[in-house]
Amino acid sequence: MMPEWGTLALAVAVVLALWSSVLGLAPLRWSESMSLALIRQSTYGVWLALTVAFAVLIHALVTHDFSVVYVAKNSNTELPVMYCVAAAWGAHEGSLLLWALLLSVWAVLVWNGSHALPSRLRLRVLGVLGLVQLGFLLFTLLTSSPFERAVVAPTEGADLNPILQDPALALHPPLLYMGYVGTAVAFAFAVAAMLGGQLDQRFARWARPWVLASWVSLTLGITLGSFWAYYELGWGGWWFWDPVENASFMPWLAATALIHSLAVTEKRGLFTQWTLLLSILTFSLSLLGTFLVRSGVLVSVHSFAADPTRGLFILGLLVFYIVGALLVYALKGQALKQSGGFTETSRESFLLINNALLVTTALLILLGTLWPLILEVFKWGQISVGPPYFNVAFMIPMLPLVFLVSVGAHAAWKYGALARRQRVLGALALVALGGGSLLALSYHAPVSLLTVSGFWAGLLVIFSSAYLWWNEFRSATGVKSAALGMVIAHIGIGVFTIGVSGVSSFAIEKDVSLGVHDAVPLADYTVQFLGTHPVKGPNYDGVGGAFVVLRDATVLAQLETQKRVFHAGGSAMTHAAIHSGGGYDLFLALGEDVGQGKWSVRLQYKPLVRLIWWGGVLMALGGLWALWFRAREGRA
Amino acid sequence: MTPRQKRLALVLAMAVGVGVAAVLALQAFDKNITYFFDPSEVVAGKAPSARAFRLGGMVTEGSVQRSPGSLEVRFVLTDFAHSVTVHYTGLLPDLFREGQGVIAHGSLKDGDFYADEVLAKHDEKYMPPEVAKSLKHNPPTAEKITP
Repeated sequence: MMPEWGTLALAVAVVLALWSSVLGLAPLRWSESMSLALIRQSTYGVWLALTVAFAVLIHALVTHDFSVVYVAKNSNTELPVMYCVAAAWGAHEGSLLLWALLLSVWAVLVWNGSHALPSRLRLRVLGVLGLVQLGFLLFTLLTSSPFERAVVAPTEGADLNPILQDPALALHPPLLYMGYVGTAVAFAFAVAAMLGGQLDQRFARWARPWVLASWVSLTLGITLGSFWAYYELGWGGWWFWDPVENASFMPWLAATALIHSLAVTEKRGLFTQWTLLLSILTFSLSLLGTFLVRSGVLVSVHSFAADPTRGLFILGLLVFYIVGALLVYALKGQALKQSGGFTETSRESFLLINNALLVTTALLILLGTLWPLILEVFKWGQISVGPPYFNVAFMIPMLPLVFLVSVGAHAAWKYGALARRQRVLGALALVALGGGSLLALSYHAPVSLLTVSGFWAGLLVIFSSAYLWWNEFRSATGVKSAALGMVIAHIGIGVFTIGVSGVSSFAIEKDVSLGVHDAVPLADYTVQFLGTHPVKGPNYDGVGGAFVVLRDATVLAQLETQKRVFHAGGSAMTHAAIHSGGGYDLFLALGEDVGQGKWSVRLQYKPLVRLIWWGGVLMALGGLWALWFRAREGRA
Repeated sequence: MTPRQKRLALVLAMAVGVGVAAVLALQAFDKNITYFFDPSEVVAGKAPSARAFRLGGMVTEGSVQRSPGSLEVRFVLTDFAHSVTVHYTGLLPDLFREGQGVIAHGSLKDGDFYADEVLAKHDEKYMPPEVAKSLKHNPPTAEKITP
C-alpha cells in the first residue's frame, strides 16, 4: 500500500499548490491578513505533503519494493543503502519529485524570511511560487509519477547506472536542483513586483539574498559535478561542453549577471527594467535546462517525437511561464521608476559591461546547444557543435571580463573616481604580468600569448581584490565585511582562471600499452606498471592495475586503477587512480588486456587542475559570506 | 559631451564590443561544427574526403581486431545496409562493445575511416539516431533495438 500513499501525497500537494496560487494572485473578498494566514498553511502543507511523498519513495527504494517501476528500474538488492537513497534522484521521475520538494523548501524559507515585506507583495510572491509548483507537480503526477506500479513485479531490479554510484553524485543533483529551483524565487519576486506596479529599488533589496543563495547552490553543484566527471568518468576531463552541462551553466551565467545588476538596482535604483527581464531570463534558462535534460530531445529529436508527452508538457510549461511573465512585464513593467545618471568609469558602467558580457556568453552557449536540434528539426542535416566552438565562445567575452573585474571593483558608484587607485593598480598589473610570465615559463613547454594572458588576468584579479580588501579594512566606513564576500568570490575567479589556463596549456595525455614492469616518462615523473590482480566489490567484480609513480628514482605514490564490471546489467566502468601532488595531478586509467601480457593504459599529467574546483569553492564561499553578513545585518 | 551623449557613447561602445565578440564566436561556430554521416552515405560518396566528420553505426559482431600488444584496433561499423572499416589507436570507451552503437570522429582515407576519437554514450540502450532510423527499414531487428 505504501506507494499509493505517495501518489495521494502528490495529489494533496497539487491541490494545496493550486490553493496557494489562488490565495496569492486572485482578487479575494476577505482581508489580506486572512489570506496570509491561509497561504502560510498551504505553503507548509505543500512542503509536508512532498516530504511524505519523498519519504515514501526512499522507503520503497530501501526496502526493495520492485512492484514500483521506478524502484525496479533504478535499484537492486545488492546496491548499498546509501545509493538506494541516492537512486531517489538518479533518474527522471525521482529527480522531478526532488525538484518539487526543493521548491516547497524554498517557499517555506521565503515565507519565514519575508515578514518585513508588505503583505500584498508577500502574498503575490508566494502565489507565483505556488503557480510554478503547481505546473511541475501536475507534470510529475500526470506524465512521470515515480510511484507507478508494475503489472508483474520482478524479483530483482536493474542497476542504478554504475557511473552514478559515487558519493559526489549523491550530492550533486540536490545542490544543482536547489540552485535551479532557487531561480524561481527571483522570478516570483520580479513578477510580484511588476504586478504591484509601485515598486522601485526595494524589490532588489528583497530579491537579492534569494538570488545569492540559489547562485551559491548552483556554483557548488556545478563545481561538484565537474570534479565528479574528472575522477569518475575515466577520461580525465573536467568539462565537456555536453548539452546537459550547458543546461546548468547557462542559468549560472545569467544568475551571476543578475546578482550584479541587482546590486546596481538596490544601491542606485538603476537598471530596474533590465533586472526584471534578467530575473525572467534566468528562470527561463533553468526551465530550458530542465526541458533539455528531461525531455529526451538531446538524445535525438526523433526519440522526442516518439514519446512527446513529457517533452511537450515541459515545453508547454516553459511557454506558459515565460510568455506569462513577459506579458506582465509588457503591461506593468514600465511603471517601475528609475532615476539618476552615472559617468563612464563609474561602477555602474563596469557592471553594465559585466552584464553584457555574461549574457552574451550565455546566449552564445545557448546557440551552440540548440543549433544541432534546430537543424535536425528542419531536416537540414546532422551536425554536432564541439568544444572548440564553446571554448572560443566562452573565452572571447570572459577573458576581458576577468581584466575588467580587477579594475571595476575599485570604481566608486556614480563617479568612478578611479584616479586615486590608478597607480597602485598599474603597479599590480605589472607585477601580475611578470608573475604570470614566470609561471608560464616554469613549465618548460612552448608558451602562447593566451596562456600568459590567462595567468596574468588570474593573478591580477587576485592582487586587485586583495588590495581592495586591504583598503576597505583600513578605512573606517564600516563596509569591511560586506565587501569581503565579493573579494573572496573574485579571488575565486582568479584562482579558477589560473587553473583553466594551466591545465589547458600544459596538460599531457598519453595512451600507451604496458607490460608488467614497463615504465613510461610523464612530464617530470615516471609511471611504472606493476601488474594486475582480480578485485571484488559489493556489487561488481573487476581487475585492478597496480602502478607506482617515481620522481628521480624516489617513489612518490602507489596507485591502483580498476576496471569494474557490475553484476546487474554487466556494464563496465573504469575507476581512475589519481595522484595529487603539489600543483599537479597524475591521472591513470586502466584500459583493457590487449594481448601479449600487455594492458592499454591512459596516462595524464594535469598541472594546476585542482585550482579549477578550488576557484568554484571560493566563489561559493564568497556568496555564503555575503549571505551570512546580510542576515546578521538584518537582525541588528 | 552632455551626460546624455556620454551614455549614448557608452551604450554604442558596448554594442560594438558585444558585436565583435559575437562575430568572432560565430566564425568559430562555422569552423567547428562537425557533420554526421552513416555508413550508407559514406559508401555512396556523400561524406567529405578532406574534412573530419562523425561516423555513427553499430559495431559488427566479431569484427573487432587488435594487433596484439599494441593500441591499434580495427572494427566495422554498419547500419545494416552498408559497412565501413574503422581504424583507431588508443583506449576504447567502457561501453564500447560488439553489437553496440558508437560514434567515431575522424576522416576517410582510401575508403577506410581513421578515427581519432571513439564515443559510446553512457547509456546501454543508446544508439545513434541515424542508425535507429535506418534500422526502421529493416523490420526483423528494428523492434528490439530502436530506443
